[in-house]
Amino acid sequence: MSTTTATRASALPRHSHGLAGRFAATVSTPGGAIFVLAIALLVATIVANPNFGDPGVIIRFLGRTAPIAIAAIGQYYVIVSGEFDLSMGAVIAAQVVVAGNYIGDDTGRNVTGLVLMLLLGAFIGLLNGLATTLLRVPSFIVTLAMMLALTGLVRYLSGGAADAPPNEDFRQLGRGIVEDVPVVEVIPYPLIILTVLCVAATWLMRRPFGRTLLAVGDNPDAARVSGARVWWVKTQAFILSSLAATVAGIILVGYAGVHPTVGEGYEFAAITAVVLGGVVLGGGRGWVLSAVAGAFALELLFTLLTVLEVESTWRDTVQGVIIIVAVAFAARAWTLGRRTSTRSTTPGSSGPDSPSPTTEPTPGTHTGGKLMRRTHLRGVLAGAAALVVLTACSTDDSGTDSTSGDDTTSENTGGLGGRQRVVRPG
Amino acid sequence: MDATFEGNPDEPWLQYIDGPMTDTQQYATDKPMKACFANASISNPWRQTGWITMNQQLKVLQDSGVISEMETRDAGDDDNQQIADIDYFISEGNCDAFIISPNSTAALTPAVERACETGKPVVVFDRGVETDCATTFIHPIGGYAWGIATANFLVENLEEGDKVVALRILPGVDVLETRWGAAKQIFDENGIDAVDYFTEANPETIKQIITDELTKGEVQGVWMDAGDGAVAAIEAFEDAGMELPVMTGEDEMSFLRKWEETGLTGLAPVYSNFQWRTPLLALEKIAAGEPVPTEWVLPQEPITEDQRADYLEANEGMPDGHYAKFGGEDLPGYPEVWQERQIP
Repeated sequence: MSTTTATRASALPRHSHGLAGRFAATVSTPGGAIFVLAIALLVATIVANPNFGDPGVIIRFLGRTAPIAIAAIGQYYVIVSGEFDLSMGAVIAAQVVVAGNYIGDDTGRNVTGLVLMLLLGAFIGLLNGLATTLLRVPSFIVTLAMMLALTGLVRYLSGGAADAPPNEDFRQLGRGIVEDVPVVEVIPYPLIILTVLCVAATWLMRRPFGRTLLAVGDNPDAARVSGARVWWVKTQAFILSSLAATVAGIILVGYAGVHPTVGEGYEFAAITAVVLGGVVLGGGRGWVLSAVAGAFALELLFTLLTVLEVESTWRDTVQGVIIIVAVAFAARAWTLGRRTSTRSTTPGSSGPDSPSPTTEPTPGTHTGGKLMRRTHLRGVLAGAAALVVLTACSTDDSGTDSTSGDDTTSENTGGLGGRQRVVRPG
Repeated sequence: MDATFEGNPDEPWLQYIDGPMTDTQQYATDKPMKACFANASISNPWRQTGWITMNQQLKVLQDSGVISEMETRDAGDDDNQQIADIDYFISEGNCDAFIISPNSTAALTPAVERACETGKPVVVFDRGVETDCATTFIHPIGGYAWGIATANFLVENLEEGDKVVALRILPGVDVLETRWGAAKQIFDENGIDAVDYFTEANPETIKQIITDELTKGEVQGVWMDAGDGAVAAIEAFEDAGMELPVMTGEDEMSFLRKWEETGLTGLAPVYSNFQWRTPLLALEKIAAGEPVPTEWVLPQEPITEDQRADYLEANEGMPDGHYAKFGGEDLPGYPEVWQERQIP
């Protein structure tokens, strides 16, 4: 991202010392290390079961991870601007149910349905963004409320139960493959969609919008003073996030079908992927493709547990612990990296081996002028996020032979009963 | 399932295994009763189908003057909510009879006992509670029968050492735990390599589990503790281009249709959905002062491949979430109400 800085011959950063040096510098940042972690997990999975090394298997795995990776891209925009989007999973569920209800068997509605879903996604993002920026409600609360509102809508539309999937033509977006490809046998459509979005996201982060977004996340006041429309930049980030969730929903309804649980936990998976990718909670720093790599690492971890035949009752716990360790490690890596640099950035001491993230961005990451103190905060936040993920994974509150839900026509009696409902049939 | 049932086989929702009866003469009345129904939830296709059937049965009994109205509270899968619902019925519901479909066994026991203490008839159905104070407890044979039927079917059609993936909705529910408990024992005894997963019936989870298992090695069988999501499991085999497994689902239309379309070797175990009619019909008997079985055990027969075509034909036009053995063919509104899935 920052090779141009190498032209400054007097204070050549360490990472400019040839390809190997740059590579080493890249992987030693959390944004780069996640690629190493993802590859390590892949190797571990292949060692545990060589069948997973088959190119056809790998490509199918990449295809099926596309929805989470796409959600991570969307979440990246919001997190890097200093906010959270907890409504992603509910947006996915809502879009899945809309696709089932509106499109259904009618192939004639495929295009209008697609447009409708994207418009709905953009509208949800707009609401999230405006409530956060103009009404100044913390995004944590705004998007939590949006999640609840959409979950209610999903229950109303579906009754909390499975529905018939949309027609096979529409499902191709999530289920289809390009056949007869050399080496990898097939290319799943979702992987193509993901690749396009990765290119678009990388391009967008190099555009003025992306630069402004990072500046806004790093220091909104400074960004405002320098002329950025902070409210609009953040709102756009929320719109991108909801649109990403919509695309994930379109793929998932094709891949899996219509069920109100589809998309459940995606907001936490996306946040975890982004954090694993070394993107700083609180904003201002992180590389979008590291978030994508974070999503793959996360899914590889789940697959590895399957391969190792970890018992189903234990899986959530094992997942949670590994995520905490990984995230804590990522936070630690930042701290260590920063410590070296602060030592060498004392005035007048920028020698040849002094990569100085406060002035020289490291390849593969966006660095901003953060205080050292932030690194500690970062560790705390990351740990908290991991705990949230762990709780979300292991909470099973229903205790029934059903998943979740509500009846569709009950009326709220209000009053002290709160959640009490009365249904009067007939 | 080899048990002998009293009553007309054409009306399985009124059949029962012979046993102790509750005398109900004290409740006999000529006046229409107000029924109060504390429902656990209607958050899965099985409960939705049953709820529709129950409401059509209600119409019949309202027309015949047995029941004046039924007030229903839906607990939304929440024990605390259902306890509050029952206490509300007791104190302010002005109820002549209680119908309770408990959300969970232990938690709801005290509330059901309080309902019994009112001296009015109490009908419990589906999941049970730890008290026999109810006038009648209505349920199909149960989870062990399901587990035995399905596991035996897989054992018969597989060979020793074959791999079975068991897809379970969630832990901790008695009717589901007993299904798996029975099945697992039979798999172990017969050398079937069974590995179980919790899916919450999420089709994405199901597809990923099957895909990973197929990558690890061959999978010869799929066992489910409920048919919700069966189609996703079959699709995972299709997408991977693998031979379809021997499989047990449920009598949900989506599975029956996919089963026929793919021609796989399968069995559709049944947790009799028609039991949703029985509580109201029990009230009719109670109002007439007729004895009712204290534990009203309904029949529960799996649908085999030979019978499948008949059930598909009988339920043509029904939505995917409909259950073949819903038992509402003689009720008003058939078939439109079920076809359009008008959830009251």
